[in-house]
Order: sequence, then structure tokens, then C-alpha cells
Amino acid sequence: MASHPFEEHIPRLRRYARALLRDVSRADDLVQDTLERALVKLGLFRAGSDLRAWLFTIMHNVHINQLRSASQRAVMVEYEEAGLNPETPDDGSTLRDLAGALERLAPEHREVLVLVGVEQFSYEETARLLDVPVGTVMSRLSRARERLAALLSGEAAPHLRRVK
Amino acid sequence: MSGKPQPVSDEALHAYVDGQLDAVRAAEVEAWLTVNAEAAERVRAYRAQNRALKALLDPVLDEPVPASLTESLHRPRRARPWRAAAAAAWVAIGAIAGYTLQDWRTPPVVVATPFFERAAVAHVVYAAEVLHPVEVRADQEAHLVQWLSKRLGKELRTPDFAPLGYQLIGGRLLPGDKGPAAQFMYQDTHGARLTLYVSTPGEDTPPSAFRYEEQAGTHVLYWMDRELGFALVGELNRARLLDAAHVAYQAFNF
Repeated sequence: MASHPFEEHIPRLRRYARALLRDVSRADDLVQDTLERALVKLGLFRAGSDLRAWLFTIMHNVHINQLRSASQRAVMVEYEEAGLNPETPDDGSTLRDLAGALERLAPEHREVLVLVGVEQFSYEETARLLDVPVGTVMSRLSRARERLAALLSGEAAPHLRRVK
Repeated sequence: MSGKPQPVSDEALHAYVDGQLDAVRAAEVEAWLTVNAEAAERVRAYRAQNRALKALLDPVLDEPVPASLTESLHRPRRARPWRAAAAAAWVAIGAIAGYTLQDWRTPPVVVATPFFERAAVAHVVYAAEVLHPVEVRADQEAHLVQWLSKRLGKELRTPDFAPLGYQLIGGRLLPGDKGPAAQFMYQDTHGARLTLYVSTPGEDTPPSAFRYEEQAGTHVLYWMDRELGFALVGELNRARLLDAAHVAYQAFNF
């Protein structure tokens, strides 16, 4: 059986899913949901447009829908925390720190950081993918880098926490 | 550019790091970096973040892809009205991906499909068509209407959707469930398309109210009238589709 045209994009979809959801099996579930959604919506794919960007757009939409339904159970609240953050690891491997810091960014910050910095979508492509203006992508990116730096240096930084 | 480097915004520093600037603006940023240590440090830090994120996430690319993910692409799925549209899209994707439909085939549709679903599929297939969206163009409107009326055995009309911003661009003959069906295609100034699908679902079909369906992002408003099935399909919202449906209903009744 010949390979499906989606197949060559699976490794990069998995990489992005892993950035969104650190847990491997949850990330792969997101990839699976994305592929199934893409198969259903395939009739809407415009010939000649970028299949990778289209698949990433679907993953973004599936992910935010999941976050929304999760937030009905546990309200996500962003708040400032004064002083040292007890959850910030004070030593350990740099990559583990980075993974932890990435996880604690607001989802919209994590997305732009990875779409631009790792997936190397242009600002315009990222804006289309997230369905926001280019200016929003740029301001999120700036905030995201600032917060990531703050989290990595162990400074107090706002982060997301589930309450209730 | 003058000899003295000009300050650049923080946004420009991000855009520089992400390769979003043209050569001229990139050179301006580079000039500024040579004289402003703080800006140079920011650029270094942003680049370091990108590198670190890649170092964290890139190993995923080398992991074997779980079989469950690739299998889900080949697993036969529940029959869907979109399959025909999906099959058409495969042709487009196949052309891009460099493989042919002979290698990977969707199973044939075996279930009888309601006329409004056929209308939706016909819309998805033909409204995306750039070169040949219609069989007979609107400059031969009289011939188009006469021909399709003869084939369907009913007097057809082309409703005037100009007040809604849509102009007729033509139409085509299509296979319906029990016989021929007609598709009239309209387009607005942005290239968005609206199709009116008319089919003969069978004798003694009672008139019906307007009904609305939304599937896979396409919007369908359909009704039965004069022993014909009518379906309007487009990316319009429900209220605008309903406006168009009233126009079409009037065109066929007055």
C-alpha cells in the first residue's frame, strides 16, 4: 500500500503535539485526533495550498477545543505570583528545565514560540494558522520569550495553574 | 542609509532572529547590533531559546512513528457523504504529493445518498474548480436553462442573487440519485461561490419547509417544491443562505 499523503507530516505533527502536551501518549492522541479530523475535512482542503500548514491548523483547532472542554472542568486562571516560584526547579538538566518552563507558559504563548521558533512558520503563516492578526503573533512571541527567559532564570513569573 | 546606525524596535529584533526581514531591514538591524550591546544580547538570547527548543523537541522527529497513527489513515471508515468529495481532493493532493489514486483507493460509496448531500458534495467538488467550474457559462444562460430544463423534464430558472452579491457564472448537468440533476453556480466579487442544486427526487414528493444542514464546514439549505429537490450550498451563514433560498423559491414560483 502506498504511503498516505499525510504520512510525511506525522513526525512534525508529533513534535508539535509534544510541545503542546508533554505527555507522550496524550500528544499522540492529539495527533490521532488531528489526522481523523483531517480525513473528515479533506474535501475542504484547497488544492495547491500548503498541506503541512493545513494539518497544523487542524491540530491547533483540535487542541484549543480540548483545552476549552477541559476548562469547563477545571478553570484555567493566570495569576501573578510574588517571590520565588516553588515549582521552579533550582537545578537539574537544562532541557528538563526548559520542558518544565514550556509547560508552564500560557498555551497561546507556547504555540507561537514553537510554531515560529521550531516549526519555522513565517509570522503571516502563523497568524493564518492561529486565526489571529500578525500583530498579535508578534506581541505573543515577544511576551512568550520574555516569560520563558524569566521562568528559566528562576525569577518570579506568572504562570497557569488549574484551580477548583 | 546614513553612516550612523539607527535604533531598531524590539519587534524588529524578534523578526530578525526569526528570519522575517528582507535584506535591507536585516542590514539595518545588524548595523544597530554592532553599536548597541543590549540589543545584541537580546538577539543572542532569542536565538539561544530557539536553539534550545529545537534541541528539546527535535528528537521526536527521529522516534519511530507508532503504527496506530499510520494505520488510522488506511483504516476503512464509516460511509460518509463526503467520501466522493474527499476522493476528488485526493486527486489534487496526489498531484502535489506525486502519487496516484491507483495506489490508494477509497472504497466505493454503496449507500444511497440524500439529494442535499449530493448537492454538498457537488459543491465541494466543483466550487473549488479553477479552470472548469461550469460546463456551460453564463454568457449562454438561455441555452443553459433550456438544456437543463429539458434534461430534468421541468422548467428551471436561474434566480437572480445579485442583490446578495452573487452573479451567475454558469451551470452543469450532474447525475442525481434517480436521474439527472442540475447545478447552477454563482460567484461574488471575492471569488466565493454559491451553488444551487436541483434534482428530481421522485414523483409525489410533497413540498417541504426550508431545512439547514452543516457538515464539514459547508452549509446547505434545502427544500422540496414542485416535485423538485432544491439545495443551496455555500460558505454563507444560515441567515444569508435563507435569504438566497427565498429568492430562489420566488424565482421558481412567480
